[in-house]
Amino acid sequence: MTAALMATTPGGLLLVLAVVVPVIGILALWLVRARDIEWVAIATLAVNLFLSLATLQAVRASDAPLVYLVGGWLPPLGLALRVDGIAAVLMAMTGAIVAVTALYARGQFGFDPQGPERRRPMVFWTMLLAITGALNLIFAGEDLFNLYVALELLTFAAVPLVSLDGSRDTLEAALRYLVFALAGSVLYLLGVAVIYGAYGTLDLVVLSEIRGAEGALLLAIALMTAGLIAKTALFPLHLWLPPAHAGAPAAASAILSALVVKGSFFLILRLWFDLLPPGLGTIGANGLGLLGAGAVIVGSVLALRQARLKLLVAYSTVAQIGYLFLIFPLATGSEAASPFASLAWTGGVLQLLAHAFAKAAMFMAAGLVYEAIGHDRIDGFRGLGRLAPITVLTMTLAGLSLMGLPPSGGFSAKWLMLSASLGEGAWWWAVVILAGGLLAAGYVFRILMPAFSTPDAPAERLHPVALTRELAALSLAVIAILIGFLPLSPWPLLAIGRLIQVSP
Amino acid sequence: MLGLALDLLIAALVIGVALWTVRTRDDFAAIVGFVAYGLLLTLAWARLAAYDVALTEAAIGGGVTGVILLRASIRLKPVATARKPIGARILVGLLCAAISAALAAVVLLPMTPAPSLAIEVRTHLASTGLGNPIAGVLMAYRALDTFLETVVVLLALFGVWSLTPDAAWGGRPAMAVPAAAFGPLPLFGRLLIPVGIVIGVYIVWVGADAPGGKFQGATILAAMWILAMMAGLTQAPSIGRWRLRLLLAAGPIVFLAIGLAGIPLAGAFLAYPEALAKPLILLIEVALTLSIAATLGLLVAGPPDVTPGVEP
Repeated sequence: MTAALMATTPGGLLLVLAVVVPVIGILALWLVRARDIEWVAIATLAVNLFLSLATLQAVRASDAPLVYLVGGWLPPLGLALRVDGIAAVLMAMTGAIVAVTALYARGQFGFDPQGPERRRPMVFWTMLLAITGALNLIFAGEDLFNLYVALELLTFAAVPLVSLDGSRDTLEAALRYLVFALAGSVLYLLGVAVIYGAYGTLDLVVLSEIRGAEGALLLAIALMTAGLIAKTALFPLHLWLPPAHAGAPAAASAILSALVVKGSFFLILRLWFDLLPPGLGTIGANGLGLLGAGAVIVGSVLALRQARLKLLVAYSTVAQIGYLFLIFPLATGSEAASPFASLAWTGGVLQLLAHAFAKAAMFMAAGLVYEAIGHDRIDGFRGLGRLAPITVLTMTLAGLSLMGLPPSGGFSAKWLMLSASLGEGAWWWAVVILAGGLLAAGYVFRILMPAFSTPDAPAERLHPVALTRELAALSLAVIAILIGFLPLSPWPLLAIGRLIQVSP
Repeated sequence: MLGLALDLLIAALVIGVALWTVRTRDDFAAIVGFVAYGLLLTLAWARLAAYDVALTEAAIGGGVTGVILLRASIRLKPVATARKPIGARILVGLLCAAISAALAAVVLLPMTPAPSLAIEVRTHLASTGLGNPIAGVLMAYRALDTFLETVVVLLALFGVWSLTPDAAWGGRPAMAVPAAAFGPLPLFGRLLIPVGIVIGVYIVWVGADAPGGKFQGATILAAMWILAMMAGLTQAPSIGRWRLRLLLAAGPIVFLAIGLAGIPLAGAFLAYPEALAKPLILLIEVALTLSIAATLGLLVAGPPDVTPGVEP
């Protein structure tokens, strides 16, 4: 089996390029003239989008994962890159969201084509490219240490975005984020060391064939999961997220909330479904589900109580991340032939996708609201619908998906998870999903009600906003809705190339 | 017997210094404890015959990190850190104890002897022209990790630079310059720097076949540069200078160019044509040494605080 899985496939070079192209972009950014940095970054992200879509197409067409042996060395001696169905979907999602964010961020951060180089645009574009490359590697990596390097890239790229404004509050938020993220890195690395000590390899494909139910493996997965949970901001380790995501500039918040936390989540998914022997993790999976349920309830309740839009949206991320962790009990408990053919697996991935698009749109809209009226206090939103109709439409569509009303990606995701939990007789997860939906409706309507009401006095728009930026945000919200038109059944694409094909 | 006594002594000291570093309330004392801890770990790695790791620990763990911490602590106003409530401390202590106990169990009760890649690493080493198996892992088998780690280091520097005050962007970091041009620090600098540069270059060169290498050598070169800056013998450069940026990017650029050339020439990304493997790897190591030394020196120097064109 190993030999078949371990050879460079046609199209494997796409994976190398997906990791290398953003790095080339970063190096170029610091060497070109100050006025050229925007188009260099945007061109890089356009190439990256093309590469990620080509990867998805290649995986779909061949119905098999793409593999590349770096340096021609076979694991466990060398490193392999491997993208299966779910990884290809997430790469394409990242490529699309990052590219649209780039259009939204054009001309922001005091960028002046005629003036000298400035700090904020340089840092923003550098870190945006770095996050893109790091996420591509997280989706394509197959070696646990290689993935650690990707996590480090992701952390070092994400933290400076939080404090891009340079204010005292955002510096504090960035520092707290850094402490949580580094504690997570240490725990992850400790797990990597334990696995290497026990098995002499870190390659996930090789490991999935030789590992048994050893104590070392269980300890390593426990340590790594704890570390990754801190990076993903799962309740109760979510404390760093709201100030960090709310304090960053809107374009950066969109990336942090929509994509960065999904990187560490994807690694938890790989550890639990590729590495953990089937049938062993029932208690752990229920524990993760329980934390997820806590996140859904606590995050939503806190979101309801926020006075400022960006904080509300950030707390909503805490809640929506919670749903992702319901995959663990629901997919392992399913009766399907393999967890990857279950309703919950597809539901969880749809939740990841729908949340990414809806949340990016929501944060971008929050930024546009701030520019339009000079603040983001929800009690001052009266008449916003007349001032910024496209932005309010964006918030409405993204909000529909967050609440899970049909037709939207959020609805499909929650409907699939709901069916999975009822089908498995685990009604308590269904209660959480429904309660979370109601609470989400509460916080979304808290924003929309004043926005659609008539103002007492005709309000005025402070600054004109470029139509392209409003349309960029809207396009992401529309995608979040369109995901809802995919068929409501397990998605064969998401099972391509999964390592464990048999049911426990 | 003597070896065992020495090992026990080192182990006891490592734990003792670690506990003391955690417990002390004074920033400066904690940093000194941290550096001492790094040096003790160096001894431990040396006792395990992991000389590459020992060198790296001494250079990066104890050395550069210690200097960065010291500079940070000087910048910060002294703050009285309040002790956390007793409940929280007990909880953290229990968690740490549980993790340590589980690790100890895994290490002390191995199910089967852990498999090793050492033989395979040596078997293929000839095709790379290298003599040091560690260099083989870093530059051939896991070259992608090494390449990306250099990007991580660069990104860490950009992260430090992201804390620059807006007005000082493109300017240079100010280093405290000693008042007397002929005080002890400048004299020390003049004597040590030439020696240090020779040692740094030697460690990079010898790394292909013996313990050593670019990270360790670059750290020594960076230390000499930092010493020169601290002694007032030279100024930190302006971060807006194109040549500086080229120096920082040179390592990753050369690495990447040779790696991509491997696709048509050797059949895979980061593969080397067998006849040229050794010279190409050396070329990458030289470029990386320069870039890493510059990056580490600038990491210690910190974000720019002198506005371009305005001298204090």
